This record gives sequence, structure tokens and C-alpha cells, in this order.
Amino acid sequence: MSDVETRRRTAEQIRTLLETEGESVQKNTSHFNRQQYEVTENFDQYEEARTRARAIKEDAIEHLPELIEQVEDAVTANGGSVYIAEDAADAREHVADLVGDATVVKSKSMTTEEIELNERLSQNGADVWETDLGEFVLQVADETPSHIVGPSLHKSRDEIAQLFNTRFDPEEPLQTAEELTDFAREYLGERICEADIGITGANFIAADSGTLALVTNEGNARKSAVTPDTHVAVAGVEKLVPSVGDLEPFFELISKAATGQDIPQYLTLLTPPVGTPTLDFETNDTLESSNDRAFHLVLIDNGRLSMRDDPELKETLYCIRCGACSNSCANFQHVGGHAFGGETYSGGIATGWEAGVEGLDTAAEFNDLCTGCSRCVNNCPVKIDIPWINTAVRDRINQAGDDQFDWLVEGLTPDEEGSIDARKRLFGNFEMLAKIGSATAPVSNWLMNARPTKALLERTLGVDRRRSLPSFERETLRDWFDARGGSDIADPRREAVLYPDVYTNYVHTDRGKAAVRTLESLGVVVHIPAVSESGRAPLSQGLISTARARATSVADTLDSHLDQGRDVVVIEPSDFAMFQRDYERLLPAKEHERLREQSYEMLEYVYGLLANGADKDVLSRGEHIAYHSHCQQRTLGLETYTEAVFEDLGYEVVTSDVECCGMAGSFGYKQEYYDLSVDIGDDLRSEFTDVDGPIVASGTSCLEQLESLMSPRVQHPIEIIAPDNY
Amino acid sequence: MTSDRIEDFERSAHAHETSTVRTVADEFEQALSAAVVPPAVGASFPLDGISVSMDITTEPSPEQIREAQTGVTPAGLGIAEYGTIAIQSRTAGDEPISLYPERHVAVLCASDIVPRMSDAVEWLETEIDAGHDSVVFATGPSATGDMGALVRGVHGPKEVHIIVVTDR
Ligand code: SF4
Repeated sequence: MSDVETRRRTAEQIRTLLETEGESVQKNTSHFNRQQYEVTENFDQYEEARTRARAIKEDAIEHLPELIEQVEDAVTANGGSVYIAEDAADAREHVADLVGDATVVKSKSMTTEEIELNERLSQNGADVWETDLGEFVLQVADETPSHIVGPSLHKSRDEIAQLFNTRFDPEEPLQTAEELTDFAREYLGERICEADIGITGANFIAADSGTLALVTNEGNARKSAVTPDTHVAVAGVEKLVPSVGDLEPFFELISKAATGQDIPQYLTLLTPPVGTPTLDFETNDTLESSNDRAFHLVLIDNGRLSMRDDPELKETLYCIRCGACSNSCANFQHVGGHAFGGETYSGGIATGWEAGVEGLDTAAEFNDLCTGCSRCVNNCPVKIDIPWINTAVRDRINQAGDDQFDWLVEGLTPDEEGSIDARKRLFGNFEMLAKIGSATAPVSNWLMNARPTKALLERTLGVDRRRSLPSFERETLRDWFDARGGSDIADPRREAVLYPDVYTNYVHTDRGKAAVRTLESLGVVVHIPAVSESGRAPLSQGLISTARARATSVADTLDSHLDQGRDVVVIEPSDFAMFQRDYERLLPAKEHERLREQSYEMLEYVYGLLANGADKDVLSRGEHIAYHSHCQQRTLGLETYTEAVFEDLGYEVVTSDVECCGMAGSFGYKQEYYDLSVDIGDDLRSEFTDVDGPIVASGTSCLEQLESLMSPRVQHPIEIIAPDNY
Repeated sequence: MTSDRIEDFERSAHAHETSTVRTVADEFEQALSAAVVPPAVGASFPLDGISVSMDITTEPSPEQIREAQTGVTPAGLGIAEYGTIAIQSRTAGDEPISLYPERHVAVLCASDIVPRMSDAVEWLETEIDAGHDSVVFATGPSATGDMGALVRGVHGPKEVHIIVVTDR
């Protein structure tokens, strides 16, 4: 399929999902997400529990081969069997042999979805029933899960009612959630009582005792595991931890992360074969201890042991499948896992899982939906750097790709990456584009936004023609700064480098000028060196070696300034996030550390100056302000500084709380994602529709999104507070 | 200090849709009969000096479990922080008795209430060492949101009631 055709299809699929599933997915995921923020905020040991959980997983994956041996011994000693399945087919066949044509009740398990177990069992004539209500809905509807935790959350109550009424034709049509639940409880209750075999997954497995931990709210896992006399548990090898004692932080974290509950209804610890009497509804004898319980543990590799040896994918194995990354993701909130997912797994971490268990091709189909906004980062209970995994996989996809439009981006091509997708190089080398655009402005601005050019850009590079393109300034910020003779103030309190990011230097020079004026009036001598783009643009396209080259160049240029004890002040939040977070992966540890410690976000810096005695009276005052922070800035916990400075100056601040504006760098320019970007932006727009006063946004992408959706003039906060008369 | 802990436990239990009542061993039977909706099935009570004369079927058949309105079981442990109780998997059938009937009545000794999850995990480790290796930490009634709104009582009970025996 040609690129154009692929883009058209993706756009089509996204539009359909926005219309059909979007509303339900958004309602459910944002509810979970809000609850998650609330419950973790009230949980004092949140960070400590995350640190412990992470350490336990790191250690367990490190010692995985030993743990596998240990659990084999433990389960066998208990009287159960263990099978290590190499891949999906192996696992499927093994379980099919165990099950034959029996009646099976299953509790929710993504791992059995991964190996497509149900179809295989049905081929043998087995009767298989999903007992988790969400899974049951999907079984009846013959659909696939759209979320790791809430598999059917893309369906509304009405749709489920319609589905059940058609399929089961009850005497009274089912309508309310209560009626639907009662019906399913009865129906599945029968199936559980009749079943010969219960199949469950496992959230965790303690290697030393062979104890399985199952987390549910419904109670179906307990019923499925202990009612029939045979229990088969299917789990990925990564679920092993050394012992039950290691489970404590996970007990504390899993429901908080998943649904925002402080604890699940049922945390079941089973060491099968269990002593619970079996329930034989056919003979109906009184309960008695059963010695004929059978237990089979099927542990699946299916790519996991190779992921363990893969430095970028390894972290994926720490995942406890809570789905918190999906819930906090603006793109996921709008389209759900049927677009933002692969064969089995969905959401932020799905790229890692699908690349590991299915392969790069599957991951490539949805990897672009991660915009790297980083909103999931603080939500992951095991601190997985999900955006990084997505970037690393994107880099691999790039290396495997081919190219058609080289000629268009000749000269815009970062040399380091060899032959990769032209569009990625266009967006990845925004600095070059900006240089040319600025040198030839205003003709270039006119040309870029002229109809024939936009049509060409859309056709060849998939830049959506409905977006207006950035308008470059003829005089860059640095030219202006040099022309005025740099910065010279009497009695300075500090010296700072104002980092001239590409947008500030070439496009939004006004905010750069406002920053210079503000800093000087607060007693800071400013320097604006000739320093490269931070690497953000190439990184977001998955061009890691280009990004690394840029990072190195930035660090080299700033080196002497840092030596002289100068602070580095950054206006664009995504560049600041590079210095704080991403450079950890791109620079030697010491260099990153130094830059991280000596750099500040613009308003964070102003806040610090005011707190240390700078005179706030030189700054401009006002009454109301509507403020949209920036995703990466929020992840770093920085929006409070901007709010505090505004409040200190007498403003009443309304801050948006949507996860992301929907533009996230180049995302909203891409033709296939334009509709999604606008849909997300709409949430932001509606938060600001009735507010008084000017709208400000910290990030350029957010600013452009707001301007195109609402057509007000949107400024950076620094432009509002900058001194009037300077 | 124990009474603070009981209070904490009760508060958390109430927050998780669980009703509680306090009693002493001497008045236990009254508290129990007030809590039970017949027909009831139950697992035996390992409580010193407590006998139950009311009509609760112990050693029930699977059918009696399915038809019971109430299941009565002891709780091995209470966690004050969450209002959680530990139901042990014993040959007396605590697990199905606590799970199948619509109403679960659990009997918890005040001395078995621990403050936090970490204490419960410690307890669990000693239980496993002692060979009691299956347990469920249950918090409130069973629930689902899968049908478009929160509904209680799915595969497990709709109502959970805990009798805290304060002098045990
Ligand atoms: S990556 Fe983290 S947040 Fe996402 S599902 Fe896995 S554990 Fe949860």
C-alpha cells in the first residue's frame, strides 16, 4: 500500500472510532484517570511503594531463569504440574490437550488473549465461557478487548442491553446496568457450577511457594478457580516474583493505578491445589475436603526471555498491566485500544508488548499514536519510561522503513540516520526548515501557506492542509539580541543563558524578547548563544542518533556557560523536558546531571527570582488569565510555578486540566491524525469557552492548537507578565 | 489503642459499603441472629466459648450454598486501613460460603485487626509457613462497572456485614 493510501485508511479508521466508540472510551478512561489522581494524592506512601515495586520487578526479571526453576519445584511439590511454553502455539496446544472437550469457565486474562486460546479450545469441542462481565460482553459480541483492564469499556450500556436482548431474548427486555448484571450473574453462575475446568490468569506468582495472586472486583476469578476441581492458570513468565512478601507494594498500587480504587474488592492468594472443598452440584454431597483437585500452571515465554535481553524492551516486563498509562493518554481517551493497540495489548505500553511478543510490524501500526507527551510517566506504578520505549521502537521501525520522497527533503535531511521516511525527516529537521524559512521570509510564509504548496505537502508528506503552518520571522531572536548589543545591566544578581529554542528563535520571537526584558528587569544578565536545536524534533520522530548528536552539540555549547555558573532558562517546555528527562538517555550521566541541575523553566525561574527578593513591581499585573500548561511541563510538576507567579501578581487563574492539547509537537500536522487532534483540542477549547481574560499557553504546539480552534491570540505567560515600559 | 484500631477499621469498612456491629462474646449469638437473613449456611467458628444454637447449616451441600441467603464465616484478619478482611481457604468451605450467598456475614475478633497492609502481608507469610497457604483479602461487596454503571453483587455477595467481637 502506498503511504498516501495508508494515511487515508488510518484517517478513516480513526474517524469511525471517534464516532462509534470514542464517547464510551472517553467517559470510562477519564473517570478512572481522575480517580487515580485523587487516590494516589491521598496515599502518603505512593512514591515509596512505586520505588519498591520497581526494585522488586527489576530484581525478579534479572533472576527470571532461577525463579522459573524455583516455581517449577514449588508447584510440583504441592502436587501440581508446570509447563513452560515457548511460544503462543506451544501454549495453546498444551492447554488444549489438558482441556479436551470439557466445559471451561475462564476469568479475565490478557495472556490467554495473547495466545488466542478460546478459538483453539472451541475447535476441540470445548465449551468456553468468559466469566468477567466485560469479557463476557465481548464474547457475546464477538469483539476484541479495547483496554487492558476494562476490555469492553468502548461499549455503552445501551449497546450492551441491545446485544443481550437480541442474543438471549429474555422475557422482559434488559435495560438497566443492574438488570444486565443480574442476568449475567445468573447465566454465568450456571456455567460456573457446571464447569469441569476453571482457567485463570495470574497477576503475580510467588516463585518460592507457588502462590498465585489474582486481583478482581467481581469475584469471578475466585469462583472459577475453586468451584471446578481442575484449575489451569496461564501466565507470562514475567509475572514471577520471589515470594509472597514481595507482593505488598503491588497490593497497595494495583487498583489505585488501574481504576483509582484504593484496594481491589478481592485480592486472592491461592496456592493450588487448594484445600477448599470442591463443589459438585451434580452429586450434591456435603462439602468435604477434596484430595482430587488438579492444578496446572502454564508459563509462557512467547518472546519475553528475548525482551529480557533487549535493553530497550526489557522494562516492558516490569509492567503489571494496570492500564494507567492508557487512562492518562489523551489519544487513548479518544480512540481507545481498537486504534491504539495491537493484536492483544493496547495503550502506551502496548508498543513494547507488541514489539516483543508479536514483532515490529504490529507495533508499527499504532506506534505513532504515542506523541511522547509523557503524561503516563508519573502514573506507571513501576515507573516504566513508556515514551522512551515508544521512541526506541519508532527508531527501529524507521531503520526498517523505505523511502519515496527523498527529493523533496534534500538538504533537510539529517545525515546521521541514513535512508528513512521523508516525512519524519521533514518534521525531524524543523531547525533546517526554520533557517530557510526565516532567511526567505516573508516569501516563504506566503509560499508555505499558499494553496498549491499545501496541496503538495499534503499529497507527498501528509501534512494536513487544514492546518496553518508556522510563520517565520525575518529577524530571529538572536539577531535582535545581537543587534541591541546583548545584555548589559547595572548590579546584576545572576547571569543566565536564555535557550533559543527553534520556535522562540524563528517563529515566536516576541516571547523571547519578553523573556529578555523580564529577566533583565529582575536583575539578570542574559546571554543567548548560538546553540543547536535540543533534539526534540528528531526524537519525536524516532530519529535517536540525530537527537543524540543535537544533545551533544547543545551540551558542548552550554558547557562554558555552565562552568561560569550561569543558569540556563528555557521557554519551550518540550525542550526543557529534553534537558530534564530525555537527555538522560542521550548524554553521559555527568553532563546530563549538570545541565538538569542548572536549567530552569522560564516561569519557574521567575518564581525563584521573586522568592529571592527580586522586585515584582516591575512586572505587569492583571485580573484574569486562562492558562493551559503543557503536557511535559505537567509531568515535571512545573505548572504550579506559573500559577503562583500569576497569582502573586494579582491574577485569578483558571488552569485547564485536560491531559494534552492534542497537537503534541508535529502530531496535529499529520493528515491521518488531524481529526483526532481536533477532537482532543475540543476538550481544551470547551474548558476555556467561558473564561475571562487572555489565554496563555506554555508550549508552542498548544498555542497553535488553541489559536486554530478558538482564533484568539494566545501568548506565552512571559509575554503577559513582561514589564510594559522597558 | 485497640479501640482506636477498631474505629479505624469500622470507618474504612463503611467507606467500602460494608456494615459493621460490635459485640462481646456473651452477646454474640444475638448479634449474629440480627445479622443473618435465612436460610443461612456457615463455616465452623473457631471462637473460644462461643456456641451458636440458631439455624445455620454447617457442612452444607453445594445446593444449600447456592440457595442460602446468608453465608457466615470467620475472618482470619482485619486490616484497619482498608476495612479489609482475610477469608481463609479451609476445608470447612469458608471460600464458597463467603462467595455464593448474597449476604456475607464475617466474624472478626478485635485482636485480629492490624493497622496496615504491610502487617497483613507479614501475617500472610507466617500463615504460609504454617501451611495455610490460600487466603482472600476481601474488601466490601463484589462489584462491576462493566454494564455501564457501578453495580454491587456480581459473582460475589451484594452485602457484607462484619461482626467485631471486642473481647476476643
Ligand atoms: S506500563 Fe505501567 S501504567 Fe502502563 S499498564 Fe504497565 S504497569 Fe500499568
